[in-house]
Amino acid sequence: MIKKLWSNVKQYKKSAVMTPVFAMLEVFMETLIPFVAAYLIDEGINGGNGSGDMSSIIKYGCLMVLMAFLSLTFAILAGKLAAKASTGFAANLRSSMYSKIQTYSFANIDKFSTGGLITRLTTDVTNIQQAFQMSTRMAVRAPITLISSLVMCFVINTRISFVFLGAIAVLGIIMVFVVKKVSGIFAEVFKKYDELNTDVQENITAIRVVKSFVREDFENEKFKNASGLLYKVAMRAEKIMALVSPGMMLVIYSLIIAVSWLAAHFIAGGSMTTGELTSLFSYISTVMMSLMMLLGVFAMIIMSLASARRIVEVLDEEPAVKQPDDPVFEVANGDIVFENVGFSYRKGGGDRTLCNIDLHIRSGETVGVIGGTGSGKTSLVNLISRLYDVDEGVVRVGGVDVRKYDIAALRDNVSVVLQKNLLFSGTVLDNLRWGNEHATRQECEAACKAAAADEFIKKLPDGYDTMIEQGGTNVSGGQRQRLCIARALLKKPKILILDDSTSAVDTGTDARIRSAMKDAIPGTTKIIIAQRIGSVKDADRIIVMEDGKINGFDTHENLLKNNAIYREIYDTQMSMGGDFDESPAGKGV
Amino acid sequence: MAQVPGPRRDRMKVDEKIEHPVRMLFRVMKYVLKKYKWLYLLALVCIAAAAVAALMGTLFQKTLVDEYIVPNIGAADPDFAPLLAVLSKLAMIFLAGVIVSYVQQRVLAVISQGSLKTIRDDVFTRMEKLPIKYFDTHSHGSIMSVYTNDVDTLRQLISSSVPEILQTAVTVTITLVSMIAMSGYLTLVSVGMVLVSFFVTARVGASSGKYYAKQQQQLASVNGYIEEMIQGQKVVKVFNHESRAIETFEEKNEELRQSANRANGIANILMPINGNLGHLSYVLVAVVGAILAISGRADLTLGTIVSFLGLNKSFSRPIRQLSAQVNSIVLALAGAKRIFAIIDETPENDEGKVTLVRVSAQDDGSLVEQSERTGRWAWKRVDQAGREELIPMLGDVRFNDVDFEYRENHPILHDIDIYAYPGQKIAFVGSTGAGKTTITNLINRFYDIKDGEILYDGINVKDIKKNDLRHSLGVVLQETNLFTGTVMENIRYGRLDATDEECIEAAKLANADSFIRRLPDGYNTMLKNDGANLSQGQRQLLSISRAAVADPPVLILDEATSSVDTRTEVLVQRGMDSIMKGRTTFVIAHRLSTVRDSDCIMVLEGGRIIERGSHEELLEKRGRYYSLYSNNFSEE
Repeated sequence: MIKKLWSNVKQYKKSAVMTPVFAMLEVFMETLIPFVAAYLIDEGINGGNGSGDMSSIIKYGCLMVLMAFLSLTFAILAGKLAAKASTGFAANLRSSMYSKIQTYSFANIDKFSTGGLITRLTTDVTNIQQAFQMSTRMAVRAPITLISSLVMCFVINTRISFVFLGAIAVLGIIMVFVVKKVSGIFAEVFKKYDELNTDVQENITAIRVVKSFVREDFENEKFKNASGLLYKVAMRAEKIMALVSPGMMLVIYSLIIAVSWLAAHFIAGGSMTTGELTSLFSYISTVMMSLMMLLGVFAMIIMSLASARRIVEVLDEEPAVKQPDDPVFEVANGDIVFENVGFSYRKGGGDRTLCNIDLHIRSGETVGVIGGTGSGKTSLVNLISRLYDVDEGVVRVGGVDVRKYDIAALRDNVSVVLQKNLLFSGTVLDNLRWGNEHATRQECEAACKAAAADEFIKKLPDGYDTMIEQGGTNVSGGQRQRLCIARALLKKPKILILDDSTSAVDTGTDARIRSAMKDAIPGTTKIIIAQRIGSVKDADRIIVMEDGKINGFDTHENLLKNNAIYREIYDTQMSMGGDFDESPAGKGV
Repeated sequence: MAQVPGPRRDRMKVDEKIEHPVRMLFRVMKYVLKKYKWLYLLALVCIAAAAVAALMGTLFQKTLVDEYIVPNIGAADPDFAPLLAVLSKLAMIFLAGVIVSYVQQRVLAVISQGSLKTIRDDVFTRMEKLPIKYFDTHSHGSIMSVYTNDVDTLRQLISSSVPEILQTAVTVTITLVSMIAMSGYLTLVSVGMVLVSFFVTARVGASSGKYYAKQQQQLASVNGYIEEMIQGQKVVKVFNHESRAIETFEEKNEELRQSANRANGIANILMPINGNLGHLSYVLVAVVGAILAISGRADLTLGTIVSFLGLNKSFSRPIRQLSAQVNSIVLALAGAKRIFAIIDETPENDEGKVTLVRVSAQDDGSLVEQSERTGRWAWKRVDQAGREELIPMLGDVRFNDVDFEYRENHPILHDIDIYAYPGQKIAFVGSTGAGKTTITNLINRFYDIKDGEILYDGINVKDIKKNDLRHSLGVVLQETNLFTGTVMENIRYGRLDATDEECIEAAKLANADSFIRRLPDGYNTMLKNDGANLSQGQRQLLSISRAAVADPPVLILDEATSSVDTRTEVLVQRGMDSIMKGRTTFVIAHRLSTVRDSDCIMVLEGGRIIERGSHEELLEKRGRYYSLYSNNFSEE
């Protein structure tokens, strides 16, 4: 995991490595300063036979100031480099994850929730950035101080140093114990935290449901339970963490007492001086300080471990739809064949969404798909452009297994207008050009005419240059759908799939779109999923779906005669009338 | 969903400026102290006690040498008994220090985690009370970030910054007193240098604060982009838009990196600058002390200078360390500001007094309040004299000349008059944006009207307690919102005390039962991410089941079956009609099949009702409805 993350430091490796080097130099200067200070006292204040030596004072004073400046320079360099390395590292992590997510197939996207991916790209990266910065600055500094103090101890008195060594060993054991105990709990804390956030998110988006059912108190109760659980788990971690600082104090204090006792004997025996004892005490306090620092870094690393794990999960995720080794780039025509296809969203669980599908759609044919809610219409067409891969059987486009195509080439030729479609912030033209980056304005307008969108776009405040808000919230559902169709048309695909794409468009406009498309892209295979018989009845053939199977595949007339389900749908719709929303005569929005 | 005009407030709009930082800090502390006054006091006592124990340790080192070791030097028969005695005494003090420090840690943990929980709970509770308008005018991302980012920044403030400030105050005061006692002149030098430190910290802190604000802004921009693109990830895939999406992302990412680099770079040098100012202070004290000692102007001995140098260190070090906290304190206060912004937001007002009660009819026709489900309701009004009056709940809804606007001078509805007699099915048709959904938002008072009145069984809806008003109205929206939990739990959301059988019964009515049974775990299937693996039609069937189990006296269906196939819709309608028999139903739809059999159809256009009547009457009128209908008809 660490290796995976470290590989993302990339061009900032130099900064990342130089940071501790400068930090070391800074520590070096810092340890020297008290040394010089001792000279200043001994030779300056205490020198000149006790009456003081002004020149020594100034000499050592200047030296100290110089050293302070050097130390400052090193510190600034270390600080700047640490910032550069950590923020660069964070940027690289975001970039790697984002690029990785771009390779995800629909199945991968379904697995991570949108919210989950966003948190990983934001909060988790920030955690790592902070931990990384702390570690590069402190992680080297603290051990070095620790070791240098230990070395100095050995120089002063070997026997006492063993006591010292023992104390450090005990501290090390305490730390390892705490890290081990706590990191598991922290993972749980993060899980609970995620759950809590999901709860909040759902409440915000579903606030109308909450208020309609007057469930505010219920939701409060639910939230309090969740936050109470979080509190409990967090407290379990805190309880262990609370042991650390007193534990360290206990060891250090014991050390002071042991050293005092031993030193008293040594000094009395003449094998040690009082000055050395004073030094020893100061080293003890240095050790204490650096351990505290180390502990801070440790705590940070423990907390960021969970984040690191979540980031690596994104990076390690295998795209479910893979680019073939020797891809085919040419899609010959819009001929589609399904051969004994079976498919399920949940691998190995639940009912299969599609089974035993055999189908041949000829190039240039217009095919309607109709069927009940959850009958597998969307799943069926999603297999054509490899938004998902089949579990069994084969889907062929232009005579070639879809899994053999270059994915981009396949999707350029198979244009899908998704059921849950979105526009992005940007102008109308920007959005249209998703279909074809280089489309001219004329081409865009032509596509919009074919999608019956031209009329309302021209009525927008800035026409084709009107800004669309995130998600396309400032145009109506029907308008959004028409823009999405126009966007898909611009791709000039060999196969065009409309997944219930005109559900919010009134029947008149719907009819106009269909006839315009017939003229605009006559050679394109068109698959139209719809609820309305009217939308599919003049298709060349119509697929009737029922419970993940094909119940009928024939012309409107033949289906009316031979297919019970189709006839039933037809009857209910004919007797009840069609539907209406925005009529061509309507004002629109 | 209501179309609320006007730009949405920018996600996490960066307004890092805090008007009254100290007041904000006090407000946070007040929050903490409200519940943990005594515990916090205990923590403070512990902090002071631990500091004293540490100080005793330092002081002991001096006496150790002078009084217990030096007398033994060269002694033929050293006497360690006094040393042993004093060491055991010290051990006791240390042990007390350790215990006190443990107590302090535990207590602070309880306080910080507990306060975080309280703040989270409070923010959530307040949020639930906010009017719909708040959610329509604030981006959901920015509300979320209060929970995900801002509350967390407070933890450090409560558990580490504030105690550290207090600890520093204790240590600094004790050392300052000792310093003054030793030498006034040297104290001046020391304090002077600390002031310089303060000045530098303030300056550097201000400029890093500026860069931090910039960083936050870039961060918000990157977050916004990520949010939009990840949400549209499937569209990105379909259009092979990956490389371009990465390109734009890289630009924003690089901008963020640069400003983060600058902000962190400046913040990182703050501590070393202060650290080296500490060294400088050390030199200055030594030099000045030496000069004073040599010139004999002050009564300074070597011992005093050495001790003073030590004190100088313990005087400036905590202040230095505190400066490292400046940034996190600023961040925390910025977070606190956003937290309190939600807490201070005006909650939904509710001046209504009339409540909804279950009743049963006596033999003589009079109504009696009941606690169990009876299938009959009544409005309970208590007049000023305290007399209770039960008005039968019939579902008679009237709009009298209602005007409404979301924004000042941008009227959405004009002169709306509606009469829905008990048991009627009233439909609204018209183009998107004509104001259909807005009307239903007014009945349940998600928004309040500007002019006119809405009467519910003759009672102004403003006089009805909001909760009771909403209890009386079942609403199914086009945009389904399901919660994380099992299918059963989601249905039960409609009525919390519904049994499994009642939930299944409701699902059958809504025609959801058959697909639910085909799910991997049937009714116990866990739904996540708003029911991600269900089709839109299935989600709608579930939300209809949810409303059906609630068994409401009045039902509002806002495009509730728009994604359900027509065959299923017929079955659903049949089911709903059977439970809504004799109850009022409002229906919004663009499918004729959904509205055709309504008692009265209102055709809305541009915020006005332009036609009304039954299907047949409207056809006879040969107006707008007729043209819509015939337009459809010629299509088929």
